[in-house]
Amino acid sequence: MKIIIIGDGKVGYSLAEHLAQENHDVTIIDKDPEALRKANEVLDVMCIKGNGVSTKVLLEAGIKEADLLIAATSSDERNMVCALTGRKLGVKHTIARIRDPEYANELSVLKTELGLDLVINPELAAAREIARLLRFPSAANVEDFVKGRIEFIEIAATHDMPIIGIPIRNLAKKYLSNILIGVVKRGNDVIIPNGYFEIDVGDRLNIIGKPNDVFTFCKQIGKDTQKIKKVMVVGGGMIAHYLAMNLKLNDIKVKIIEIDRERSTELAEMLPDTLVINGDGTDKVLLDSENLSEMDAFIALTGRDEENLISSMIAKQSGVKKVIVKTTRIDNPALFNDLGVDSIVNPKLITTNYILRYVRGLSDAQGNPAETVYKIVDEKAEVLEFIANESTKFLNIPLKNLKLAKGVIIGAIARKNEIIIPHGDDVIKLGDHVIVISIDKFISDFNEVVVSFGGLL
Amino acid sequence: MNIAMILRNLGKLLLVEAGCMLLPLLVAVIYNQNDIMAFLITIMILVVIGFALSKIPARNKNIYARDGFAIVSLGWILVSLFGALPFCISGAIPSYIDAVFETVSGFTTTGSSILRDVESLPKGLLFWRSFTNWIGGMGVLVMMLAVLPTARADTLQIMKAESPGPDPGKLVPRIGQSAKILYRMYIGLSLIQVILLLIAGMPLYDTLIHTFSTAGTGGFSNMNTSVGAYNNVYYEIIIGVFMFLFGVNFTLYYQVLNGDVKSIAKDEEFRFYFFTVAGAIVLITCNLWGPIFGTIWESLRYSFFQVSSVITTTGFSSTNFDVWPAFSKTILVALMFIGASAGSTGGGIKCLRFLLLFKTIKREVRRIIHPRSIYTVKYGGKTVNGDVLFGVMNYFFVSIILFAVSLFLVSLDDFDMVSNFTAVAATLNNIGPGLGIVGPMGNFADYSDLSKIVFSFTMLFGRLEIYPMLILFAPTFWKRVNI
Repeated sequence: MKIIIIGDGKVGYSLAEHLAQENHDVTIIDKDPEALRKANEVLDVMCIKGNGVSTKVLLEAGIKEADLLIAATSSDERNMVCALTGRKLGVKHTIARIRDPEYANELSVLKTELGLDLVINPELAAAREIARLLRFPSAANVEDFVKGRIEFIEIAATHDMPIIGIPIRNLAKKYLSNILIGVVKRGNDVIIPNGYFEIDVGDRLNIIGKPNDVFTFCKQIGKDTQKIKKVMVVGGGMIAHYLAMNLKLNDIKVKIIEIDRERSTELAEMLPDTLVINGDGTDKVLLDSENLSEMDAFIALTGRDEENLISSMIAKQSGVKKVIVKTTRIDNPALFNDLGVDSIVNPKLITTNYILRYVRGLSDAQGNPAETVYKIVDEKAEVLEFIANESTKFLNIPLKNLKLAKGVIIGAIARKNEIIIPHGDDVIKLGDHVIVISIDKFISDFNEVVVSFGGLL
Repeated sequence: MNIAMILRNLGKLLLVEAGCMLLPLLVAVIYNQNDIMAFLITIMILVVIGFALSKIPARNKNIYARDGFAIVSLGWILVSLFGALPFCISGAIPSYIDAVFETVSGFTTTGSSILRDVESLPKGLLFWRSFTNWIGGMGVLVMMLAVLPTARADTLQIMKAESPGPDPGKLVPRIGQSAKILYRMYIGLSLIQVILLLIAGMPLYDTLIHTFSTAGTGGFSNMNTSVGAYNNVYYEIIIGVFMFLFGVNFTLYYQVLNGDVKSIAKDEEFRFYFFTVAGAIVLITCNLWGPIFGTIWESLRYSFFQVSSVITTTGFSSTNFDVWPAFSKTILVALMFIGASAGSTGGGIKCLRFLLLFKTIKREVRRIIHPRSIYTVKYGGKTVNGDVLFGVMNYFFVSIILFAVSLFLVSLDDFDMVSNFTAVAATLNNIGPGLGIVGPMGNFADYSDLSKIVFSFTMLFGRLEIYPMLILFAPTFWKRVNI
């Protein structure tokens, strides 16, 4: 597909990087030559210096033949104008980043009026992600598949767990067998474990299964599963705003600490049910006086990674169970995990994932493309959801006869009323939702999962 | 430096070269002369070494700018060293250094030769010699990018290092695609020339030889006296026009193919190139009319062909221009340095650089008159970045230094100044023939081995636009960890 991205900021760059990797023709437009320089040197994309609102620049970028325009500049208004101009010039699909909560309420009107196919709001998406993490506090990462019928979580193995040092094939006898440990991250290696794999302290386990089963498994191995009631948020930006609104619906009490007086007042006006405190989130005395140690979760959302890290350290020290940190610049979550942070939220990554999912859906509608895609373990692995249809070449063949591509496993199968954690004798039937885990390999079509069909071919 | 990845890429490059050699092998088989074995042996050597290198395991698959430059410069040297083998093995050129000179001259599209009697060579070897012109014109590595499906973002570094011009842009977002489009246009334009020459009555074999050399702006002919041997005005017009066409920035052709015909007339560099050619033709025609040729048409015929041949750095000759008046010869030497357009297959310093340099002169003059004035250099309506201007000026200076160093080394052979001067100019700018003993009727055979090695390097320097080769001579480049 021919894709034009306007705005070479964090999201624009990251999108260009992933889309180019997936063999799309990407053109980036930005006014700042310095911003373009890196993209031009590192990525296989075309860079055009200019204003993305200008018709001339858009035409130069080939908007007439383009399939998709992504407007990701820092200004909502400019993004809207870019998308509108692009649409008038003949681009097939448009995506715009619109992040201001004021516009967020009018999205449906905006979408129809501007002809937008997708609106992305990184802050709102990040807030939703945090809310999901809070519902399952023992996991570092939670993703839903098949409308929530299958859950995919990441937990860290600690020394007090009874599963340490036991080969995985012996686990099934002792614990629930209806879950699958799909991917393990050990140090910098991403491993698909076989039956003889022994779990070690510090491993990050990615578990797939029915939400109940996953929950029970976590309970059995001693992961705390109590509900979260009180949350402290440091940094009153847009994510905090969206998060507070979201958590209010779930009856979770939120306390926001914001350093800027005016912004505090503003927040207090907009969020009448939330306690807003004007103060420095890295000040231990202030945090203690606000009963930090009594909190179920602590979320650091300021604009600076360093401050987020400092305040999260304070929170961990005070014994808060669940600490979530937002990062903007640091792409390596392992850095944070080593410091004891439970979960990391990166709005850039969330936005990128979201758009990538959309693009994959567009790109080859005639084959058997993935329904949803999540990048997990530092983007080193992907979890994909496919629906088996007529074009699927390996229906009704026992899995043990299929030779899967290297680094690929089938994690779960969702049929009408049941969720199957597959074994060798299970088969894929027409209409099944199949969850596939892949490391180091980009799969665009379901049929790429299987290399050969055993004795049949 | 990622040595494993560099070697892997070099291995692939050698495999591509082996593939390229199949064509001359076919020609050799058709004419059934004594060069068949030479090609077979070389292809086997290339395949074995290339295959071994390309299977080297690499832990880290990233190529950074430095590695890209290393692949380009080492790649060109390796391709030339192996490309020389058929000449040597068949015994057509007994000295390996001579064979390397001839091959470097081919790949860099120079067209200088050490052969006294070109026509005595077996047909297969002659074909290979001109085919190197064709491959080298668009670039050996660009061909690799076009042929192999593995083009990744970081290979951009390779294309940047190999493409002529100060700031090579991509035609389309994906680099592999860009390389393919470039080659498609290149092949298309070559095909048109083949058809036209055949219609004009040139034999097929000669047509292919001359088309390859024209397209790559190389200038290898299968005749001792080059195109002049045919004394056919139609051949000269076709070849002359196509030399000019191959000296145009290929991006313009892409725009024209996409329906934007006006862009070619609006392009500042094209206008500069066109008027330089037109001006030179007019001046030389006037100068030749009378003392050399009797009629204005004859003067025009030879001046047009020679100007087109020299500015595009092809180096074909239709007559012995060494006997022309000094004024005409001086213009030709000046054209050698100007060279063709950026993004074409031609060599030289490039019209674009000269255009930008003239614009900086204008800026400096204005600054003296209005010391506080702000003046930005513009090209094609867009402001030219200060870094680019600096790069152009720097390139100019480095060319002069390189020119001087080569001239000193070559002077050791004690030939006359004009020969030495034009020999270095002709190799550094990838033209081919110079004046004096290296004139259109002469060759480089009399120079010593040292000079031939120096010339080989100046040709490579000229084709790769100096820096990719220059870094090979920087000690820090070879250190594993650079501090």
